[in-house]
Amino acid sequence: MLWVNLRRGLIVSVIFFVLLGLAYPLAETGIGQALFGHRASGSLGTNGSKLVGQQWKGPQWFQGRPDGDDPTATGGSNLGPRSKELVDTYKKRIAALKKQGITPSPDLVAASGSGIDPDISPAAAYTQVASVAAARHLPAGTVRTLVAAHVQGPQLGFLGASHVNVLELNEALAGLR
Amino acid sequence: MAFTWTIVVMVVVLGLCWRYLGSYMVAVYEGRSRWLRWMERPIYRSLRVSPESEQTWQRYAASVVGFTAVALLLSYGIFRLQKSLPFNPQHFGAVRPDTAWNTSVSFVTNTNWQSYSGETTMSYLSQMGALAVQNFLSASVGMAVAIALVRGFARKGSPTIGNFWVDFVRGTIYVLLPIAFVAAIVFMAQGTVQTMAGAASIHDSLNGVDQVLGRGPMASQEVIKQLGTNGGGFFNANGANPLENPTGLTNLLSVLLILCIPVAFTYVFGKMVFSVRQGVAILAVMTALFAGWVTMATVAEHQGSPAMATAGVSDSGTGNLEGKETRFGVPSSALYNVTSTQTSTGSVDSAADSYTPLGGFAMLTGMMLGEVSPGGVGTGLYGILLFAVITVFIGGLMVGRTPEYLGKKIQGREVKLAALGVLVMPVTVLVLTAVAAAIGAGRAGPLNSGPHGFSEILYAYTSQTNNNGSGFGGLSANTPFYNITGTIGLLLGRFGMIIPVLALAGSLAAKKPVAAGLGTFRTDKPMFVGLLIAVVLIVGALTFFPALALGPLVEQVSHGLF
Repeated sequence: MLWVNLRRGLIVSVIFFVLLGLAYPLAETGIGQALFGHRASGSLGTNGSKLVGQQWKGPQWFQGRPDGDDPTATGGSNLGPRSKELVDTYKKRIAALKKQGITPSPDLVAASGSGIDPDISPAAAYTQVASVAAARHLPAGTVRTLVAAHVQGPQLGFLGASHVNVLELNEALAGLR
Repeated sequence: MAFTWTIVVMVVVLGLCWRYLGSYMVAVYEGRSRWLRWMERPIYRSLRVSPESEQTWQRYAASVVGFTAVALLLSYGIFRLQKSLPFNPQHFGAVRPDTAWNTSVSFVTNTNWQSYSGETTMSYLSQMGALAVQNFLSASVGMAVAIALVRGFARKGSPTIGNFWVDFVRGTIYVLLPIAFVAAIVFMAQGTVQTMAGAASIHDSLNGVDQVLGRGPMASQEVIKQLGTNGGGFFNANGANPLENPTGLTNLLSVLLILCIPVAFTYVFGKMVFSVRQGVAILAVMTALFAGWVTMATVAEHQGSPAMATAGVSDSGTGNLEGKETRFGVPSSALYNVTSTQTSTGSVDSAADSYTPLGGFAMLTGMMLGEVSPGGVGTGLYGILLFAVITVFIGGLMVGRTPEYLGKKIQGREVKLAALGVLVMPVTVLVLTAVAAAIGAGRAGPLNSGPHGFSEILYAYTSQTNNNGSGFGGLSANTPFYNITGTIGLLLGRFGMIIPVLALAGSLAAKKPVAAGLGTFRTDKPMFVGLLIAVVLIVGALTFFPALALGPLVEQVSHGLF
């Protein structure tokens, strides 16, 4: 009886390896690449993927979440809510933001879960308007209008939270003259 | 307000799943659904199994164990040999032996505990051919065992409880594969990656940043990881990674995929024991516990983070954002993580380790209740039915009468088997946690110090023994000590429950039903629902309170930093 079960286990494993381990993912890959090639390949644009956050250097750019932004090492800080190390990290980030003339909003201080969060909250974008406008010698009103145009509400009106894609916002900012 | 709509949509969709997916699953397991016969028949022929043949509980259990043993060795072989096998565009070497062993056990037991990081460890073949295949098959094994137990209640004086190979093949190709196939297309349309093209290098000329973007066949794996309540992410960040879970819609769909089969199983149960009301009573217990825990976690995370307050920024408007994604926000993140920890799934869309103490408590205790609210695919149903047997036993003790459940007399053997199935998990968790906290190799694991560090250890063994797979990610679990002790939890948590459940199924199937009398405790009434909820909570609290007091509870009531 033992051998019967092991033999059956082996045969069914081989069949399902071919069906579920090869045919299924390869068929999905074919469908995905044919119908949504851009998205199924990682939503890549000229300056990166709009799904993957980057560290923006300098006050002339809108800053994203304070992540490592390495897509080959994803994950959060994993520090607990009463961690001394986390408090020290927060204090450093807050000081750096204040130095740039930005009033810290919580999502500019707290790191994300993925470590590559591409978005910030609308509040975090608006709080950077003055400093970005000053660094680029643009009227604050123009930059504020640009942010307003990039706020995406919850999907379908109720799913998730309002957010601003930092890469898209900065690309539009680079196009402002 | 938006979150209210999320809940409304969720309740409506799950209501439809309960009724229609439930009745479809009854047809599948009774062999009345035949539209995939062309795929099913050749498999039976090559296995030399007749779809009409039946097995005793011992033969059924031997088939479960035999299949799992083979699946375990094959997965282990693929991880160890991936360097020389095809579909390895990033040229990853062999997975380390202890990691490969822990991962194989973890995936064949429907746990998906991951001590490795997917982006730097697993080839596409390991992901598709080992991890994703076991996501389907371990789920289907759990579903088969649940069906066998339901047959035990439904049958009268029968020596057999069905045929494992038939239940297993049907669950895989009629239930899991079609739903996963369609759902993966929706995920890809939303932006989940699905390509064989390997990593992409990108250069941002605006900012001077270079990034390497790991990619792979993610959508096909993402959907079955949720649907099969497995939970293992393609990459380390799991459902938080925007390449896996890009939008609010995919986030809600993930929650629905996780819950649809466990919820539908209560209809299957009711229908197969000829009283849908019995299934409704079980669903009511699951829903009450689930709603309580979602509320607890959402409220806790809205309170904000003590670290943020100490650093001098107010997050009272947003809640605790450490480890959470902007596009989901706090309530949707809490909903996802609670769903996943109450279903033995273990996927996360936000870092569990960075939740507030009470939010982390909600995830930890969701597992400690035994994964029954609503629990994993199949495993949730058989888990709660063990508690139901104990509940009617306690009810019987109160009035001094031999208890019955669904017309079957519950006697010494049944109560012993149910108690064994319920107690294996807490005993294993507590012993392993005590060992890890006592010796150096265990204490080297936690990232955080103080009570949060203890919570990381307790969470790791709770998660593995409950076959959940989520983690307080700060624990450095990819060490020989954690990989090997974790395996003990994984195997005892899985088979320490499956074997008593199948023995119970055999014992019940053989019994002749007794007519319900005036003194029979009605198990389709609110009184039973309330008592069953109380039994689940009391068993969990009695076993785990001291351990919880050392971890999240002391962290919640303290004021200092660690």
